[in-house]
Amino acid sequence: MLQFILRRIVQTIPILFGVSLITFALVHLMPGTIADSLVPPGAPAHLRDEINRIYGLDKPLWEQYFLWLKQLLSGNFGISLVTGRPIGDELAAALFNSLKITSIAAVVGFSLGTLFGVLAALNNGRWPDKVFSLLAITGVSVPPFWFAILLVAVFAFTLNWLPAQGMGPEGLPVSWAQWRHMILPIATLSLIPMGVVGRVVRAATLEVLSQEFVTALNAKGLTGPVVREHIARNAAPTVLAVMGLQFGHLIGGSILVETVFNWPGTGKLLNLAIFSGDIPTIQATVLVLSVVFVMLNLAVDAAQAAIDPRMRR
Amino acid sequence: MLAAERTPMKSARWLVPLLACAAVLLIAIAGNPRARPSGPEPKILRIAMNTGDLPTTTGAPTQGLEGMRFAGYPVFEPLVMWDLRVTDRPPGVIPWLATDWAVDPADHNRWIFHLRRGVTFHDGAPFDADVVVWNFRRFFDPKAPQYEASAAAVAKARASVLKGWEKIDDHTVAITTTTPTSYFPEILTSVLLVSPARWREAGGDWHEFARRPAGTGAFRVEAVDRTVIRLRRNPHYWNTARSAKLDGIDLYAMAEPTTRIAALRSGEVDWVENPPADAIPFLKRNGYQVVTSPMPHVWAYFLRVTPDSPFHDVRVRQAINYAMDRQGIVTLLNGAAQPAKSFWKPGDVRYGHPVNDYRYDPATSLRLLRDAGYPHGLPTPVKVLTAPVASGQMLSLPMNELLQQSARKAGFKLEFVVVEGNQMSALYNNPKSPKMAAVYAVNKGYNTGEMTYLYFWLYPPNLAAYEDPVAKRMMDAYRVNFDPTKETAILATLHERLVDDAPMAWVVHDVNPRAFSPNVRGYTPAQSWYTDLTTVDLAR
Repeated sequence: MLQFILRRIVQTIPILFGVSLITFALVHLMPGTIADSLVPPGAPAHLRDEINRIYGLDKPLWEQYFLWLKQLLSGNFGISLVTGRPIGDELAAALFNSLKITSIAAVVGFSLGTLFGVLAALNNGRWPDKVFSLLAITGVSVPPFWFAILLVAVFAFTLNWLPAQGMGPEGLPVSWAQWRHMILPIATLSLIPMGVVGRVVRAATLEVLSQEFVTALNAKGLTGPVVREHIARNAAPTVLAVMGLQFGHLIGGSILVETVFNWPGTGKLLNLAIFSGDIPTIQATVLVLSVVFVMLNLAVDAAQAAIDPRMRR
Repeated sequence: MLAAERTPMKSARWLVPLLACAAVLLIAIAGNPRARPSGPEPKILRIAMNTGDLPTTTGAPTQGLEGMRFAGYPVFEPLVMWDLRVTDRPPGVIPWLATDWAVDPADHNRWIFHLRRGVTFHDGAPFDADVVVWNFRRFFDPKAPQYEASAAAVAKARASVLKGWEKIDDHTVAITTTTPTSYFPEILTSVLLVSPARWREAGGDWHEFARRPAGTGAFRVEAVDRTVIRLRRNPHYWNTARSAKLDGIDLYAMAEPTTRIAALRSGEVDWVENPPADAIPFLKRNGYQVVTSPMPHVWAYFLRVTPDSPFHDVRVRQAINYAMDRQGIVTLLNGAAQPAKSFWKPGDVRYGHPVNDYRYDPATSLRLLRDAGYPHGLPTPVKVLTAPVASGQMLSLPMNELLQQSARKAGFKLEFVVVEGNQMSALYNNPKSPKMAAVYAVNKGYNTGEMTYLYFWLYPPNLAAYEDPVAKRMMDAYRVNFDPTKETAILATLHERLVDDAPMAWVVHDVNPRAFSPNVRGYTPAQSWYTDLTTVDLAR
């Protein structure tokens, strides 16, 4: 098992190198530089050149890439061109803020999805299957930003129970003042994972249920928890893979939800950086999100291998 | 057997904490989380800015002019300032940290500023000539330890004519320019001064300084985190006539219009910038105040006048000005705009008497096109570069769609090249880009409150390739005129020339709508990008 994990860790190194190269290339394919954001239209052209020189954007691309890589390897993400703040600090805070809601949204979404999926599969073709499948399809189909606005309209405008936006006090969520800001974003974010996981769990469970070993187990007189455990172990690898991907999507893909709720996470940071042409922040954010994604996949692989020894080969 | 017996008990054990949690949650949610202790509360105005992020609090605010409006002037101050309490005309420049100033009669590149005495920063440090010199080195001297590249970039763009500075005595400084520039004091309004002592206390680190900055303004920064800037009244403010009425201001960044409106409606903020036009009737109906101030911001088409462009001919430029249904745009925006016939408005002393009085008049547009050799209207489509979201773009897509319809009746087929905001800047800065082929107009908001911008856009060389010798001569005359009595006459003549020569198609003046909760009082609608927050109060 340890050998398997070490092998996978070594395999991630070229992946991360490739990610850094693609990230750098894509960011530099974007038209314009920070100078286009900072310099008023029509200002003397030499100012634009001077700003590009100040930020080292006049150097050849390969030189910029290796300077960036060198900086990264020394643990330095650089300074934001727009705010002048260290990007590492900004990114760490944003990632922490995103994790505050995405981790709970993942737990909620995965738990509900699993519950609905299992119940739907165990009641295949009957009304609970139809109800839970409808819930899962709704979760996948409803646009999260629309659902977010709907929740705001109901819980912030009409009932005035929860805040419409913002994060409240910084830090670990230990007070109501923090939790009240988290409820609506978590509800919104958990919708898609609930739907996706629900559908996958249903399909995986039905597939396992149709296999001969389940019939054999039943024929031997085994029922209840023993059979359910066998079903769970056989369905788990597929479900875990989907959960890993979904969690990665939650962290990296919550731009719209973070924008609607004005939540200062990675999605909002990336959005702002793109619109202001803050190249070092875009590069660092995309790279860190990619690393998180790769690490999540590594964790999922390890979990799958732990459950199913065949995966270690 | 055992399992069958224990199942109900197991369920009950799960159920009890579950129900308890649900009950606690419901009580907490249903309770009034905003209940406050009794007694007089501090009057804290909560503002939702139309910015993606909080502006920096280093005295060189990011987030454009909105950053300057809220995290600039209230905390940090320049040598000279816009008079934001004037509402019946565009604000002029008035003494602020400098009591007076004059250009050297023998050298029009040298300005002398006499500094106000007795001013202290929020950290108690005194304001004097050394402070001014230190602050100028921060922006313009790359060898200075306090030089800040990101702030310098913006400062250099705004004050591109600044050449040098020198301390004459403790309360007098001289500032030199590269070329005589009569409107140089306007430029200096953008250079805000901070306390060098606080910067040293912060270990010479601007990032640390931003956490606890010190300026001389009516408000000091009490706290900054990632979601809010808390400003509190400066009890030792030097300008006692303009002390703040509020105890403090909390600034929030909310780029998304629906988020701002949601925050206002749920009572999380008292003031929102730029509510979406379609929300204005609803807000008014529900008791919110919606105010406008005629800010110097024109939404226009910049016409490229290169020889291959149809707008090389002045008659075509005038024609498109008669093809714009400005009133239709005002209706589309629920009144949150005014028709624009030019840079300035009729009634402004700088307006003059242009021959053309632009209004939506398809017949005149078609006649002008016919005179220019296009009897059936312009045969080829006019491509307009625009961006749906960017500083000053207003609601560009629906506005352009409306103009597309109105212009068609007046002989113009408008087509749009829609790109992201930064890409638009990059493209019009690089007119040789293949994507700019046959793009003959750029749709962009424009600051008409500062002469710098007029020169940026229309003094050759400029992006639109506009070069009218008559207008250039007038601009030169204004630039080197240091006689205030002649200033208005020169500008009026220049304005008449520009309106009739039509290097732009002017569409609407932005009126910068703001929505307030009913208890906000004392707002001063200055004709400016900025606003005086010291007059604002909250009814208890």
